[in-house]
Amino acid sequence: MKARVTVTLKTGILDPQGKAIEGALRSLGIEGVASVRQGKVFDVEVETTDRTRAQTLLEQACDRLLANTVVENYRVELI
Amino acid sequence: MNAAIILFPGSNREGDVARAIRQVSGRAPAIVWHAEHALPAGTDLVVLPGGFAYGDYLRCGAIAGRAAIMDAVRAHAARGGHVLGICNGFQILCEAGLLPGVLMRNSKMHFVCRMQHLRVERTDTAFASAYARHQVIKVAIAHGEGNYTADDETYARLEAEGRVAFRYCDASGNVGAANPNGSASDIAGIYSDKLNVLGLMPHPENLIDPLVGGTEGRGMFESLVHAATLVDA
Repeated sequence: MKARVTVTLKTGILDPQGKAIEGALRSLGIEGVASVRQGKVFDVEVETTDRTRAQTLLEQACDRLLANTVVENYRVELI
Repeated sequence: MNAAIILFPGSNREGDVARAIRQVSGRAPAIVWHAEHALPAGTDLVVLPGGFAYGDYLRCGAIAGRAAIMDAVRAHAARGGHVLGICNGFQILCEAGLLPGVLMRNSKMHFVCRMQHLRVERTDTAFASAYARHQVIKVAIAHGEGNYTADDETYARLEAEGRVAFRYCDASGNVGAANPNGSASDIAGIYSDKLNVLGLMPHPENLIDPLVGGTEGRGMFESLVHAATLVDA
């Protein structure tokens, strides 16, 4: 089974990389971008076909490694 | 003092720390590979050196913080043993859960590499007894991710429990005047709740010889040697 894990910074956490990208878009003349926050995407293949087990396994992966929950949120999507 | 320096793939300041420890304690530290499961018997001090463990992949310190040896480091800390994390070592300690919070990208995006003054916040610890309270010391900094970040509750607890070890300041000791990375409350280093684990971004190990600009980092290693004597006695 395939899954996608998205890790993003929590609201209120300063994201200087996102800010720099925001500035670069502005300097390219791409108008109308109000703000940019940078995150990470992990495409994961899990061995199980059981959706509940896959969800549990990926949440564990996020809590223990993929995200630092002090400053990041994560979302698991089973595809 | 029996010191052990943990070597991760991508560590690059282990030689600097080893030299500082050898000069101050007269004993060469053990170098321990990250894939080991145990520390040498009788280890007093564990050092996580600076560098870019695992190339800072995922997040700085994230993968190193979960290396095999870290269980032994955690057990050492739980026994009250001293653990020092410098720069990338501080990031690893946070990722390993030995210290609260996280080190984020410097607020102005730049990698900073320069001399920096610090104010010593307390001296009743194993790491700072050779200094005077509020002494201003000049050490080196070299990092891109030193912006200490935690939730409000953690900040409040760190301040209330006096766990801020060092704050960035200017040459006259003015805190708030020389913050290199956006770190809240000018935090340069913090202690664990039992004060036996210290993580800091600056490099005291690089200021131990007048030839390279000063000796104000020696005090930390002198303090640790002194603390080890007390433990052994």
